[in-house]
Amino acid sequence: MEQHNAHGHESHESHGSMKSYVIGFLLSIVLTIIPLVLVMNDMLSKKATTAIILVMAVLQFAVQLIFFMHLREEQKPRYNLMALIFGLVILLTIVAGSIWIMTYNAIG
Amino acid sequence: MAHAVTAHTGAHGGHGAGHGGGHHDDHHDQESMKQFGFWLFLITDVILFGTLFATFVVLRLNTDGGPTGAELIELNGIIISTFLLLTSSFTSGVAVLEMHKGNKRGLILWLAITALLGASFIYLEVTEFIHLVHEGANIGTSAYWSAFFTLVGTHGLHVSVGLVWMVALMLQISRRGITPVTKRKVNIISLYWHFLDVVWIFVFTIVYLMGVM
Repeated sequence: MEQHNAHGHESHESHGSMKSYVIGFLLSIVLTIIPLVLVMNDMLSKKATTAIILVMAVLQFAVQLIFFMHLREEQKPRYNLMALIFGLVILLTIVAGSIWIMTYNAIG
Repeated sequence: MAHAVTAHTGAHGGHGAGHGGGHHDDHHDQESMKQFGFWLFLITDVILFGTLFATFVVLRLNTDGGPTGAELIELNGIIISTFLLLTSSFTSGVAVLEMHKGNKRGLILWLAITALLGASFIYLEVTEFIHLVHEGANIGTSAYWSAFFTLVGTHGLHVSVGLVWMVALMLQISRRGITPVTKRKVNIISLYWHFLDVVWIFVFTIVYLMGVM
């Protein structure tokens, strides 16, 4: 039996709390400002900057999923999560596959 | 699922007592199925944007001797757009919270704020596109700009559709109030809105930040 929270307006739908939205919002702002500062001030080498800002974007994706879209609060069976993972596998195949093929088959 | 519904009506005291139990359950299941169906749509949209991102990344150096992104992109406007959309993702979440409190006015107010932020985003994007075209970069200029306008434009189109949808939903809520059906619709549109923010984060990172580096 799962625990229901004391406020009593708990339904099966996970809709988070003000606290989780504010935390998510603050995290997103931080994760947006870090890459901005890095890029605008040319602080690191191009490779390092690229790696860091891509990681920041992925982290921000996770923040939106967890704090705004409430993916973690889903009940079992977790069809939403499964569908998402399936989508991401296809996404990675398309993006990484395209880059790979076009990089190594470039003419001239 | 039945257990959750019981907890829900129980918590509200007599609120749902008038409904026949079975009917309520069926209705409820249908609404959550529709929400899941929308989630599946979002997954297909992930794949759509995936193909556009792949195209953009592959063609990012093919400017055909014309202007490059680094020359024409003005990051200041893009930074403002990014924060507008980020804030609107947050306010659409607040709208959902107001809905679960049963506050119809609060719900409509926060949806209106979200729509306003979204409209400002679109305004900035259109201004940017006009600027780019004046500088000699349109969708036919080079492979780079074709990929650029297709990717950024598809995202902008999604936001625009979301705006129309949001205004229609606000009208519907003001007429019908917060019902299981309008609840589901608000949940869905806020998912859609968060999703668009996620896509924009990647547009911002890959097209703009990496473009000016």
